[in-house]
Amino acid sequence: MRKALMTALNTAALLTVASVAFAAGDPAVVATISWATALAQAIAAAFCGLGMGLAIKAACEGTARNPEASGKITVTLILGLAFLESLAIYGLVINLILLFANPYMG
Amino acid sequence: MAGGGLPHPLLIAEEGVRATGLNVPGNVVEAWVVMVIMIVFGLLATRKLTMVPGGMQNFFEFLVGGLESFVVANIGEKGRKVFSFLCGLFVFILVGNLLGFVPGFDAPTANINTNAAMAITVFLFYNFWGLKMWGPGYIKHFLGPFWWLVPLMLPVELISHLARPLSLTLRLFGNVRGGEIILVLLFILAPVISTIPMFFMFILAKTIQAFVFFMLSMIYLKGSLEHAH
Repeated sequence: MRKALMTALNTAALLTVASVAFAAGDPAVVATISWATALAQAIAAAFCGLGMGLAIKAACEGTARNPEASGKITVTLILGLAFLESLAIYGLVINLILLFANPYMG
Repeated sequence: MAGGGLPHPLLIAEEGVRATGLNVPGNVVEAWVVMVIMIVFGLLATRKLTMVPGGMQNFFEFLVGGLESFVVANIGEKGRKVFSFLCGLFVFILVGNLLGFVPGFDAPTANINTNAAMAITVFLFYNFWGLKMWGPGYIKHFLGPFWWLVPLMLPVELISHLARPLSLTLRLFGNVRGGEIILVLLFILAPVISTIPMFFMFILAKTIQAFVFFMLSMIYLKGSLEHAH
């Protein structure tokens, strides 16, 4: 309970600080954006990797049980991986926007 | 510029076009380079056609034949009518992705505008084929399985169809541009030693991305060509 409260408070504090920092436009903005992008990409990569790993695990098991279905399984796997991967790519694009084309920094 | 102005020592084709006084964006020039490469290789491969293929004709017959059998296996015989579009898309994206590794050139697919152009073309193309196949009945593809589900399914389907060109664009752009950024960062950290293995990994990854774009376009076309259910 205390942990959850601390997390929520920290998030709220970060958010308020972030908005103030954006308004100010000083070096703190760079630090905040660096933290935000690094964290965001790490989280996106971590969970995307987890999901893709699960998909590949299932595909390997399916192929091991029924090698004749490997063609269809591969097509489905690549398709699913493409969709999963695009989630991490959205994170990357948002990070690129934050870093290089930030609408809040003049 | 969408990737934040990575350092480029010299881009031969873009500098050449700029020297003639034309004001053309860099990604368009690189796309022209890809088109020239494709046309030259196509002419070279089809100049002396023989019954027993050898050399370049053999390679291209393997590539195009393999792709065509893949498309026909997935869409069915109707797939042969749309195969030329899909194969052109695949080869264009593949050559464009790999052009980014050639010194003096940039990948046209590392720019969001090229990818958006291709993705919107795919969107219009599969809707065109759906309308051509089914006429006004194409609307049934958007209405879901039961009539009482229409108020729910219509907005969902519309949004999912409109999200397709967006996701196609961003996937290819993020992969190609992200790969280039990683190469630049690794080059700053540990030049050459760390980048050479990554080059091989990204050659594989970008070939897969070209294939993924091709395959997703194929799946979308399949969805509009087959009967609504």
